[in-house]
Amino acid sequence: MVEIVQATRRHPLQAGQLDVASVSVTLADNATRVSLRAKDNAVSALSKALGVTLPMKPKTTATNGGRAALWIGPDEWLIIDNAESGVIADLAKAKVLHSAVDISHRNVGIIVNGRGAAAVVNGGCPQDLSLKAFPMGAASRTVLGKIEIVLWRTGEDAFRVECWRSFSNYAYAFLQESARDVAI
Amino acid sequence: MLLIKCPYCEEERPELEFRNAGEAHLVRANPIIEQSDDDFAGFLYFRQNPKGLQFERWRHIHGCGRFFNAVRDSVSDKFLTVYKAGEPRPDLNTLLSPVAAEPEPPATKRTRAKKVEV
Ligand SMILES: [Zn+2]
Repeated sequence: MVEIVQATRRHPLQAGQLDVASVSVTLADNATRVSLRAKDNAVSALSKALGVTLPMKPKTTATNGGRAALWIGPDEWLIIDNAESGVIADLAKAKVLHSAVDISHRNVGIIVNGRGAAAVVNGGCPQDLSLKAFPMGAASRTVLGKIEIVLWRTGEDAFRVECWRSFSNYAYAFLQESARDVAI
Repeated sequence: MLLIKCPYCEEERPELEFRNAGEAHLVRANPIIEQSDDDFAGFLYFRQNPKGLQFERWRHIHGCGRFFNAVRDSVSDKFLTVYKAGEPRPDLNTLLSPVAAEPEPPATKRTRAKKVEV
Protein backbone atom coordinates (compact mmCIF):
# COMPACT_ATOMS: atom_id res chain seq x y z
CA MET A 1 0.00 0.00 0.00
CA VAL A 2 1.18 3.51 -0.76
CA GLU A 3 0.91 6.00 2.02
CA ILE A 4 -0.11 9.39 0.81
CA VAL A 5 1.26 12.34 2.72
CA GLN A 6 -0.91 15.34 2.36
CA ALA A 7 0.30 18.86 3.14
CA THR A 8 -2.06 20.88 5.26
CA ARG A 9 -3.81 23.36 3.07
CA ARG A 10 -4.24 26.82 4.54
CA HIS A 11 -6.38 29.60 3.31
CA PRO A 12 -4.11 32.47 2.24
CA LEU A 13 -6.20 35.01 4.12
CA GLN A 14 -5.75 33.05 7.32
CA ALA A 15 -2.00 33.48 7.22
CA GLY A 16 -0.64 33.50 10.71
CA GLN A 17 -3.96 32.95 12.41
CA LEU A 18 -3.17 29.37 13.21
CA ASP A 19 -1.33 29.13 16.47
CA VAL A 20 1.82 27.52 15.17
CA ALA A 21 4.32 30.31 15.56
CA SER A 22 6.89 30.60 18.33
CA VAL A 23 6.79 34.34 17.80
CA SER A 24 3.65 36.29 18.58
CA VAL A 25 2.59 39.26 16.51
CA THR A 26 0.19 41.42 18.47
CA LEU A 27 -1.21 44.92 18.41
CA ALA A 28 0.37 47.46 20.72
CA ASP A 29 -1.94 49.51 22.92
CA ASN A 30 -2.99 52.89 21.64
CA ALA A 31 -0.27 55.39 22.36
CA THR A 32 0.69 59.03 22.21
CA ARG A 33 3.29 59.67 19.54
CA VAL A 34 5.02 62.91 18.78
CA SER A 35 7.38 63.71 15.95
CA LEU A 36 9.88 66.11 17.48
CA ARG A 37 12.30 68.20 15.43
CA ALA A 38 14.85 70.53 16.98
CA LYS A 39 18.37 71.85 16.61
CA ASP A 40 21.18 70.91 19.01
CA ASN A 41 20.83 74.08 21.08
CA ALA A 42 17.24 73.21 22.05
CA VAL A 43 17.93 69.64 23.12
CA SER A 44 18.68 70.20 26.79
CA ALA A 45 15.59 72.36 27.36
CA LEU A 46 13.38 69.86 25.54
CA SER A 47 14.88 66.96 27.47
CA LYS A 48 14.07 68.74 30.70
CA ALA A 49 10.48 69.43 29.62
CA LEU A 50 10.00 65.83 28.52
CA GLY A 51 11.69 64.19 31.47
CA VAL A 52 13.68 62.08 29.02
CA THR A 53 17.19 62.95 27.86
CA LEU A 54 16.90 63.04 24.09
CA PRO A 55 19.43 60.56 22.66
CA MET A 56 22.04 62.12 20.37
CA LYS A 57 23.68 58.95 19.07
CA PRO A 58 22.34 57.34 15.90
CA LYS A 59 20.04 54.35 16.42
CA THR A 60 19.69 54.84 20.18
CA THR A 61 16.76 55.45 22.52
CA ALA A 62 16.16 56.78 26.00
CA THR A 63 13.28 55.94 28.30
CA ASN A 64 11.84 57.21 31.53
CA GLY A 65 8.96 55.16 32.88
CA GLY A 66 6.52 54.69 30.03
CA ARG A 67 7.95 57.53 27.97
CA ALA A 68 10.49 56.83 25.28
CA ALA A 69 12.49 58.98 22.87
CA LEU A 70 13.81 57.30 19.75
CA TRP A 71 16.63 58.89 17.71
CA ILE A 72 15.36 59.02 14.12
CA GLY A 73 17.70 61.57 12.56
CA PRO A 74 20.25 64.21 13.60
CA ASP A 75 17.42 66.62 14.45
CA GLU A 76 14.47 64.27 14.73
CA TRP A 77 13.02 62.10 17.47
CA LEU A 78 9.92 59.96 17.85
CA ILE A 79 8.40 60.25 21.31
CA ILE A 80 6.13 57.39 22.40
CA ASP A 81 4.11 57.31 25.61
CA ASN A 82 0.80 55.86 26.78
CA ALA A 83 -2.42 57.17 25.27
CA GLU A 84 -3.31 59.49 28.16
CA SER A 85 0.05 61.17 28.52
CA GLY A 86 0.48 64.86 27.84
CA VAL A 87 3.61 64.86 25.72
CA ILE A 88 2.60 67.89 23.66
CA ALA A 89 1.63 69.85 26.78
CA ASP A 90 4.95 68.98 28.40
CA LEU A 91 6.89 70.05 25.32
CA ALA A 92 4.94 73.31 25.14
CA LYS A 93 6.59 74.27 28.43
CA ALA A 94 9.97 74.43 26.71
CA LYS A 95 10.37 77.94 25.36
CA VAL A 96 12.93 77.00 22.74
CA LEU A 97 12.50 76.70 18.99
CA HIS A 98 11.21 73.26 18.09
CA SER A 99 8.51 71.48 16.14
CA ALA A 100 6.32 68.92 17.91
CA VAL A 101 3.65 67.25 15.82
CA ASP A 102 1.12 64.88 17.36
CA ILE A 103 1.13 61.78 15.17
CA SER A 104 -0.60 59.49 17.68
CA HIS A 105 -3.27 58.51 15.19
CA ARG A 106 -1.03 58.35 12.17
CA ASN A 107 0.93 55.39 13.50
CA VAL A 108 0.02 51.90 14.57
CA GLY A 109 2.26 49.82 16.82
CA ILE A 110 2.80 46.10 16.36
CA ILE A 111 4.67 43.97 18.89
CA VAL A 112 6.76 41.06 17.64
CA ASN A 113 7.71 38.91 20.60
CA GLY A 114 9.28 35.50 21.13
CA ARG A 115 12.27 33.37 20.20
CA GLY A 116 13.22 34.18 16.64
CA ALA A 117 11.60 37.63 16.61
CA ALA A 118 14.60 39.08 14.77
CA ALA A 119 14.20 36.51 12.00
CA VAL A 120 10.52 37.40 11.73
CA VAL A 121 11.31 41.10 11.27
CA ASN A 122 14.18 40.22 8.94
CA GLY A 123 11.58 38.52 6.76
CA GLY A 124 11.01 41.99 5.32
CA CYS A 125 13.64 44.25 6.86
CA PRO A 126 17.15 44.24 5.37
CA GLN A 127 18.97 45.64 8.41
CA ASP A 128 21.43 43.61 10.43
CA LEU A 129 19.40 42.70 13.52
CA SER A 130 22.08 40.73 15.33
CA LEU A 131 22.42 41.81 18.95
CA LYS A 132 25.81 43.29 18.12
CA ALA A 133 24.54 45.56 15.35
CA PHE A 134 21.06 46.21 16.73
CA PRO A 135 21.24 45.78 20.52
CA MET A 136 18.44 46.06 23.02
CA GLY A 137 17.15 49.62 23.05
CA ALA A 138 18.26 50.29 19.48
CA ALA A 139 15.76 51.93 17.15
CA SER A 140 15.78 53.04 13.56
CA ARG A 141 13.58 54.10 10.73
CA THR A 142 13.87 51.45 8.03
CA VAL A 143 11.78 49.37 5.63
CA LEU A 144 9.61 46.27 5.99
CA GLY A 145 8.72 44.74 2.66
CA LYS A 146 7.43 47.65 0.63
CA ILE A 147 6.61 50.03 3.46
CA GLU A 148 8.51 52.31 5.80
CA ILE A 149 8.57 51.49 9.51
CA VAL A 150 10.26 52.54 12.71
CA LEU A 151 11.77 49.52 14.38
CA TRP A 152 12.58 49.48 18.10
CA ARG A 153 14.18 46.55 19.86
CA THR A 154 12.59 46.47 23.32
CA GLY A 155 14.11 43.14 24.34
CA GLU A 156 16.46 40.46 23.09
CA ASP A 157 13.50 38.77 21.41
CA ALA A 158 11.05 41.64 21.28
CA PHE A 159 10.50 44.38 18.74
CA ARG A 160 8.02 47.18 18.36
CA VAL A 161 7.16 48.00 14.77
CA GLU A 162 5.59 51.41 14.17
CA CYS A 163 3.99 51.91 10.79
CA TRP A 164 1.56 54.33 9.20
CA ARG A 165 -2.05 53.42 9.85
CA SER A 166 -2.96 52.90 6.17
CA PHE A 167 -0.06 50.42 5.95
CA SER A 168 -0.98 48.59 9.13
CA ASN A 169 -2.97 45.81 7.46
CA TYR A 170 -0.01 45.08 5.24
CA ALA A 171 2.51 45.18 8.09
CA TYR A 172 0.35 43.02 10.37
CA ALA A 173 -0.29 40.36 7.73
CA PHE A 174 3.35 40.46 6.62
CA LEU A 175 4.68 39.91 10.15
CA GLN A 176 2.16 37.16 10.91
CA GLU A 177 3.07 35.31 7.78
CA SER A 178 6.77 35.79 8.49
CA ALA A 179 6.19 34.43 12.01
CA ARG A 180 4.62 31.31 10.56
CA ASP A 181 7.53 30.89 8.14
CA VAL A 182 10.07 31.23 10.94
CA ALA A 183 8.22 28.69 13.10
CA ILE A 184 8.33 25.99 10.42
CA MET B 1 22.32 44.46 -2.24
CA LEU B 2 24.72 47.36 -1.82
CA LEU B 3 25.64 48.50 1.64
CA ILE B 4 25.90 52.27 1.73
CA LYS B 5 27.45 54.17 4.60
CA CYS B 6 25.36 57.08 5.84
CA PRO B 7 27.60 59.82 7.30
CA TYR B 8 24.81 60.82 9.70
CA CYS B 9 23.94 57.31 10.92
CA GLU B 10 27.67 56.55 10.93
CA GLU B 11 27.23 53.01 9.66
CA GLU B 12 26.56 50.96 6.57
CA ARG B 13 22.90 50.41 5.78
CA PRO B 14 21.09 48.45 3.10
CA GLU B 15 20.60 50.12 -0.27
CA LEU B 16 16.80 49.86 0.03
CA GLU B 17 16.82 52.64 2.62
CA PHE B 18 18.39 55.11 0.18
CA ARG B 19 17.45 57.12 -2.89
CA ASN B 20 19.85 58.56 -5.40
CA ALA B 21 19.32 62.28 -5.77
CA GLY B 22 21.42 63.14 -8.81
CA GLU B 23 24.63 65.03 -9.35
CA ALA B 24 26.16 66.80 -6.38
CA HIS B 25 27.69 70.27 -6.03
CA LEU B 26 25.33 72.03 -8.43
CA VAL B 27 25.34 75.69 -7.51
CA ARG B 28 22.39 77.93 -8.25
CA ALA B 29 23.50 81.21 -9.79
CA ASN B 30 23.02 84.31 -7.68
CA PRO B 31 21.26 86.43 -8.85
CA ILE B 32 19.66 83.81 -11.07
CA ILE B 33 17.69 86.45 -12.99
CA GLU B 34 20.90 87.65 -14.70
CA GLN B 35 21.79 84.16 -15.95
CA SER B 36 21.38 83.46 -19.68
CA ASP B 37 18.78 80.92 -20.79
CA ASP B 38 21.52 78.57 -21.97
CA ASP B 39 23.37 78.75 -18.67
CA PHE B 40 20.15 78.19 -16.77
CA ALA B 41 19.28 75.19 -18.95
CA GLY B 42 22.73 73.83 -18.16
CA PHE B 43 22.14 74.28 -14.45
CA LEU B 44 18.65 72.78 -14.59
CA TYR B 45 18.95 69.95 -17.09
CA PHE B 46 22.41 69.01 -18.26
CA ARG B 47 24.39 66.59 -16.13
CA GLN B 48 27.87 65.09 -16.44
CA ASN B 49 26.75 61.44 -16.28
CA PRO B 50 30.35 60.20 -16.49
CA LYS B 51 31.44 56.65 -16.97
CA GLY B 52 33.58 56.28 -13.88
CA LEU B 53 33.83 58.35 -10.74
CA GLN B 54 31.07 60.80 -10.01
CA PHE B 55 30.04 63.08 -7.21
CA GLU B 56 26.40 62.52 -6.41
CA ARG B 57 23.76 63.24 -3.82
CA TRP B 58 22.05 60.50 -1.93
CA ARG B 59 19.23 60.63 0.55
CA HIS B 60 18.83 58.24 3.46
CA ILE B 61 15.12 58.57 2.93
CA HIS B 62 13.99 55.51 4.90
CA GLY B 63 16.54 56.13 7.64
CA CYS B 64 17.59 59.44 9.10
CA GLY B 65 16.07 61.30 6.15
CA ARG B 66 19.22 63.31 5.44
CA PHE B 67 20.78 64.21 2.09
CA PHE B 68 24.50 63.57 1.84
CA ASN B 69 27.14 63.34 -0.89
CA ALA B 70 29.05 60.37 -2.18
CA VAL B 71 31.78 59.54 -4.65
CA ARG B 72 30.75 56.45 -6.59
CA ASP B 73 32.18 54.64 -9.58
CA SER B 74 29.31 54.35 -12.05
CA VAL B 75 30.92 51.28 -13.64
CA SER B 76 31.65 49.15 -10.58
CA ASP B 77 29.08 50.77 -8.23
CA LYS B 78 31.83 51.03 -5.63
CA PHE B 79 31.46 53.92 -3.17
CA LEU B 80 34.82 55.58 -2.56
CA THR B 81 33.59 57.83 0.19
CA VAL B 82 30.55 59.56 1.64
CA TYR B 83 30.43 62.97 3.30
CA LYS B 84 27.87 65.25 4.86
CA ALA B 85 25.97 67.84 2.85
CA GLY B 86 27.79 71.15 2.84
CA GLU B 87 31.23 69.60 3.25
CA PRO B 88 33.76 70.38 0.50
CA ARG B 89 34.26 68.07 -2.46
CA PRO B 90 36.97 65.55 -1.45
CA ASP B 91 40.17 65.39 -3.46
CA LEU B 92 40.01 62.41 -5.82
CA ASN B 93 43.75 61.92 -5.94
CA THR B 94 43.85 61.57 -2.19
CA LEU B 95 40.93 59.17 -2.28
CA LEU B 96 42.48 56.98 -4.93
CA SER B 97 45.95 57.01 -3.42
CA PRO B 98 46.85 53.81 -1.58
CA VAL B 99 48.05 55.93 1.32
CA ALA B 100 44.79 57.83 1.53
CA ALA B 101 44.65 57.37 5.27
CA GLU B 102 47.82 59.36 5.80
CA PRO B 103 47.58 63.12 6.27
CA GLU B 104 49.25 64.62 3.20
CA PRO B 105 51.09 62.36 0.75
CA PRO B 106 54.21 63.85 -0.90
CA ALA B 107 53.62 65.35 -4.34
CA THR B 108 55.51 62.59 -6.13
CA LYS B 109 53.10 59.91 -4.94
CA ARG B 110 50.06 61.77 -6.17
CA THR B 111 50.70 61.32 -9.87
CA ARG B 112 50.20 57.58 -9.51
CA ALA B 113 46.42 57.87 -9.39
CA LYS B 114 45.88 59.92 -12.52
CA LYS B 115 44.43 57.09 -14.57
CA VAL B 116 40.85 57.70 -13.60
CA GLU B 117 39.00 60.33 -15.62
CA VAL B 118 36.33 62.40 -13.98
ZN1 LIG C 1 21.25 58.06 7.82
